[in-house]
Amino acid sequence: MDKKVSIRMSGLGGQGVVTAAHIIGSAANKDGKFSTVNPFFGAEKRLAPAESYVRISEEKIYERGEILFPDVIMIFHPHVITLGKCYTMPFYEGLQENGIIIINSDEPLEFKQEDIEKFKSMNATLYHIPATRLGVEIGGTELATNMSMIGSLLGVYPLISVESLKESLAERFGGGKFIASGTTAALDDALKGKYEQLAQLIEKNMEVIEKSSEQVRKYTFGQEG
Amino acid sequence: MITQKIVDPEKIYDPSEKESLFITGSEAVKEALRRANVDMAIAYPITPQSESMHLAGDLFAEGYIKEYFRGENEFAVMSSVAGAAMAGVRVFTATGGPGTLRAFELFPTWAGARLPIVCSFMTRGINSPLTIQPDTIEMACLLDSGIIMLHAETAQDLYDMILRAFMIAEKTDVHIPVGVFCDGFFVTHTRDTVEVAPAEMKLPPYDAYSSPVPAMDMENAPFRHMRDPFVMKSNFISYATHASWQQEVMAACERSRKYIQQYLGSLIETEHPDSEILIISSGTAISQGREAMKSARAMGLDVGLVKIKSIRPFPEEEIRLLARNAKHIIVPEFNRTGWMAREIKSVIEDTTKVIAGPRVFGGMTMPPESILDEIRRCSK
Repeated sequence: MDKKVSIRMSGLGGQGVVTAAHIIGSAANKDGKFSTVNPFFGAEKRLAPAESYVRISEEKIYERGEILFPDVIMIFHPHVITLGKCYTMPFYEGLQENGIIIINSDEPLEFKQEDIEKFKSMNATLYHIPATRLGVEIGGTELATNMSMIGSLLGVYPLISVESLKESLAERFGGGKFIASGTTAALDDALKGKYEQLAQLIEKNMEVIEKSSEQVRKYTFGQEG
Repeated sequence: MITQKIVDPEKIYDPSEKESLFITGSEAVKEALRRANVDMAIAYPITPQSESMHLAGDLFAEGYIKEYFRGENEFAVMSSVAGAAMAGVRVFTATGGPGTLRAFELFPTWAGARLPIVCSFMTRGINSPLTIQPDTIEMACLLDSGIIMLHAETAQDLYDMILRAFMIAEKTDVHIPVGVFCDGFFVTHTRDTVEVAPAEMKLPPYDAYSSPVPAMDMENAPFRHMRDPFVMKSNFISYATHASWQQEVMAACERSRKYIQQYLGSLIETEHPDSEILIISSGTAISQGREAMKSARAMGLDVGLVKIKSIRPFPEEEIRLLARNAKHIIVPEFNRTGWMAREIKSVIEDTTKVIAGPRVFGGMTMPPESILDEIRRCSK
């Protein structure tokens, strides 16, 4: 169970938690690593708790299901923490030593002293990012929240390459490999209209990802910045 | 749709050129069906199966499947599938959990009518309170329904088993349904690397004349059963016909062993089978077992693993022999009742070796650490 990075993403239905995991896992796979991705949700409805899990390893991965002992926790919505819309309580349950937590919120959330003590005892590093705001500002839609979250992960833990990420995005949204070969690909006229739209979508998403990777901030808990 | 060529099944099962895809279990079903030369697929949605039959619908739209529709409910679907198979076409469907139970009457009916239907069961909890999450309890209900039961551990298994299931089911001396089971979400919704044959290849079509029973012959079994319900007649011949027919269905399942061996290598798969402690189970419980075994062996503990691929027919002789050498047998399961532990106990000599657990059910994930705890307890 070593040499493996486990990422647990908790969010609300409709935020793109499943898609974000898909894109990260697919990119890791393209980087030549082993990866598995799976979601967990109840009845599918917007704003209901939804989680997804990404495992990335140098070796073949057998373990299935929820990630109970993550190295990275990504919280896509403050309600996961404040309203307990989460399959794990508290939201950081199971986090491994030296783990990372990234939280989407416009302002840093207030934590109880006992939580802060717990973070310190685990040597966890917490980050916050206004992912939904950045999604709207740069991507033009709150549906880009997940892209911003992917960016924040890259900003603090670059475990996938930007090239593979771009390729995964194209595959996920293009429904085909034709765009993966990039702008130099010779495309027939029939696909041209779609290509332009798709290229724009990829570019916008990449912009959200890149800018978000610079906007992610560390929680200081009143200590040095 | 691309132009496909009929090839020898072996060429599809072990192609010289493979494509590696990063796909979900549901998508692996689609890729298997694309190459399986399926005539007809009939759908009714239920989580976690819905995506699989939706994707079968996409294959129909693309032209890979000749006929496709959505039935009124699972009972209607399984009945329609029976009709399609009786009419002599290769047919596929899938269901899971409550859907399986809603259609239950049809599974023994399929077997009794000697229909080579391939059905995938994406297992989920069936008991109240309601859950849509993975749980293998429905498999316990199907153990004695007369169908062949294969249990996939991964999306790769699911792809491989569905493609092979048609060949096993359609052998004249078998010719009964094959259920390909996989754990909902843990396989259906998990994205993993799956190696597939080139899409230009497809299986040979079903030959309806391979059927060991006459199509719709009202004077002979199995259709005579439908014309003359034996329970109403109660004479010696009717009892004898019914009894011998049931034995014949069981015998057909027994005869499938050699084909399962041919197409899947063996009814089981082992790692370090001579170890003192053996983890024996099927499906994703064995995936968690692999992680536990890896950790335990890194600690110097003598642990091996046996994955049961075929639940019906059950690898009785194989398990009996493996159990002789082992001191402890740990049976992790994703259900409440521990049916796999019961199956294992029913074929081994010293049942006190069996530790019937850990058991996780109702949709929770089984931490490999919980299996490791059992291993540690055994090694003291």
